[in-house]
Amino acid sequence: MEMLSGAEMVIRSLQDQKIEYIYGYPGGSVLHIYDALAQQEQIKHILVRHEQAATHMADAYARASGKPGVVLVTSGPGATNAVTGIATAFMDSIPMVVLCGQVPSTLIGEDAFQETDMMGVSRPVVKHNFAVKHPSEIPGLIKKAFYIASSGRPGPVVIDIPKDMTTPTDKFEYHYPESVSMRSYSPATRGHSGQIKKAVELLLSARRPMIIVGGGTIGGRASAEATELARTLNYPVTTTLMGLGGFPASDPLWLGWPGMHGTYEANTALHNSDLILSIGARFDDRVTNATEKFCPTAKIIHIDIDPSSISKTIAADVPIVGPAKSVLIEMLALLAKTDRVPDAEALSEWWSQIDQWRQRHGGRYELNDNGLLKPQQVIEALYKVTKGDAYICSDVGQHQMFAAQYYKFDKPNRWINSGGLGTMGFGFPAAMGVKLHYPDAEVVCVTGEGSFQMNLQEFSTCSQYDIPVKIVCLNNQSLGMVRQWQDMNYDSRHSQSYVKSLPDFHKLTDAYGHKAITVKTEAELIPALEEAFALKDELVFLDIHIDPTEHVYPMLVPKASMRDMWLSKTERT
Amino acid sequence: MRHIIAVLLENEAGALSRVVGLFSQRNFNIETLTVAPTEDPTLSRLTVTTSGSDRVIEQITKQLNKLIEVVKLVDLTEGEHIEREMMLIKLKATGQHRDEVKRTVDIFRGQIVDVTSSIYTVQLIGDQGKLDAFINAIGEAYVLETVRTGVSGIARGDKVLSL
Ligand SMILES: Cc1ncc(C[n+]2csc(CCOP(=O)(O)OP(=O)(O)O)c2C)c(N)n1
Ligand SMILES: [Mg+2]
Repeated sequence: MEMLSGAEMVIRSLQDQKIEYIYGYPGGSVLHIYDALAQQEQIKHILVRHEQAATHMADAYARASGKPGVVLVTSGPGATNAVTGIATAFMDSIPMVVLCGQVPSTLIGEDAFQETDMMGVSRPVVKHNFAVKHPSEIPGLIKKAFYIASSGRPGPVVIDIPKDMTTPTDKFEYHYPESVSMRSYSPATRGHSGQIKKAVELLLSARRPMIIVGGGTIGGRASAEATELARTLNYPVTTTLMGLGGFPASDPLWLGWPGMHGTYEANTALHNSDLILSIGARFDDRVTNATEKFCPTAKIIHIDIDPSSISKTIAADVPIVGPAKSVLIEMLALLAKTDRVPDAEALSEWWSQIDQWRQRHGGRYELNDNGLLKPQQVIEALYKVTKGDAYICSDVGQHQMFAAQYYKFDKPNRWINSGGLGTMGFGFPAAMGVKLHYPDAEVVCVTGEGSFQMNLQEFSTCSQYDIPVKIVCLNNQSLGMVRQWQDMNYDSRHSQSYVKSLPDFHKLTDAYGHKAITVKTEAELIPALEEAFALKDELVFLDIHIDPTEHVYPMLVPKASMRDMWLSKTERT
Repeated sequence: MRHIIAVLLENEAGALSRVVGLFSQRNFNIETLTVAPTEDPTLSRLTVTTSGSDRVIEQITKQLNKLIEVVKLVDLTEGEHIEREMMLIKLKATGQHRDEVKRTVDIFRGQIVDVTSSIYTVQLIGDQGKLDAFINAIGEAYVLETVRTGVSGIARGDKVLSL
């Protein structure tokens, strides 16, 4: 048997786990590990400029590929800098393994230099965390961490590694386990067949059905099955913000997304439906509006891998705990066998009702006569120029909502955003993480001048590793989403939402050796985008000046039901 | 409604903090909490009493089950069960009242486990209601100090909570 130090075991375990990239930043407590890293070539390390960016890169890689991302940071400030990214992944159920250095075990609890109780700090934002107690535990814990992170409802796992667990001269037998079994952890591998049968019967007797495709459909790789089910039944589909691309947006069955800035037709149809089939969506407050007024006539079939997501906010009539894919396969099999069909007349009435709702708003927006670009125009142009086939990694704010509304996703894993935590600063490192793994794909960061400044230091990382992402900055010179709320709820008192003294983004981009293009008019827009995407090997920052007064609509009226919306600054349902 | 939830937990460092953290993080309330290792040294058994609507209790059990180190759990209040709590209580016992205290302790089948000329220290075991009733019967004015273990519970009959 091979004898390795703890530091070598960390690296070797990652190799045996077939990890290609890790993202991180060195520091005192992880120097032994970095030294072991330097003595091999299989695993490539990306040195970010802030640990938060490392977590978002790993996270976005996981969102695009379905495989867990890996982060390596030092103790204390390295670990706490990673917390926002860990929490971001946790809220969106993204598999990730974060290796954190720790002060030597002999110093733990003594307020040693760069000591932070990372087990305690991370506990509420991880799926699980482990502290290494002996170097020989390292391979087993790493194997468990990957297993836990990527099975069941995925999530981030932290491993806290005291420095003395990695001492180069202390060698122990190395063995990387083939598999893991844990008596206290066994996620469901299939749904209850009785419940599935009940669900199919309910589905077939629905007169005004709706299907909600959520992030769990994408995470559970069940998009093809969800699409087949909807098409078999000819039922309308809405995909949540996390589920965009889980059902093709170009399909006529698609009504857009539900919730706060969802479409008029999706929200209204949900409100009036008599049956909702939810596939891996968790009915969070940004979707449901006031839960007591949520879809009063709908029965609910709720498929989720996590039992605690079912009946948490909205009571389910038919709960099904299981992986979306296997549950949907069973449902499709039952549908194939039965002679029963949905009531054709009811369904066609439902569809003609929905088609009327589609006419009412239909994603319209008003163009400016003062020549200022509208954000919606920019996203539509982006969609056109990239032929709808780019990875869109978004930051958080109005630009995020516009991107989600006007870029139509036909494939899963293409829309990458911080839906649950709403982390400004996510978009740019996320785009980097995706581009690194999919060098031939178009990878775009849609951002705002506010969000971008939260992780702009990563310009430097992009220079070092040649990561030619395209950055579309919808520059409205304000924290637009905050400003919108202040317009609507605080008599337009723009408290701290105006970003004075913006940097000259052109010079800034230049300083890092990248290319910038400034866009101020409609005439410049398409040519600028085309130029940017033609520069395959360059990072291009598009500083696109847009109308700062624009609001995102539709918008649910607070504390009301799903059908209560503002459709423009002046029009309410 | 009040619920007694019994949990088998991996006997590992940090496992208890996850349980306690969960309750505060998700705004669940804990009335009592007891924990000790079981005959199987790899497992601890924890009993928590809590209250809330059916929906809240459902969330509590689901969220507890989701913790990686929770091996098994049961809501004892869903069936017939036995609940016990122990209290040690120091009572003023002087003059003619001294006999009265002794009689009350006997009625409640408590035991006097320590004595001074002016104090009885009493051990009493029962469900929460019985311990509360004892304090009421004695009168709060005579109570100098109490310590209660919190509730432990077990199902009646054949049902067992084990691996
Ligand atoms: C880290 C963080 N801090 C604060 C917020 C609150 N917040 C949400 S959107 C927003 C404004 C974002 O501004 P910008 O990036 O310019 O986007 P815009 O809304 O203008 O398109 C703020 C401050 C947040 N989501 N994340
Ligand atoms: Mg802005």
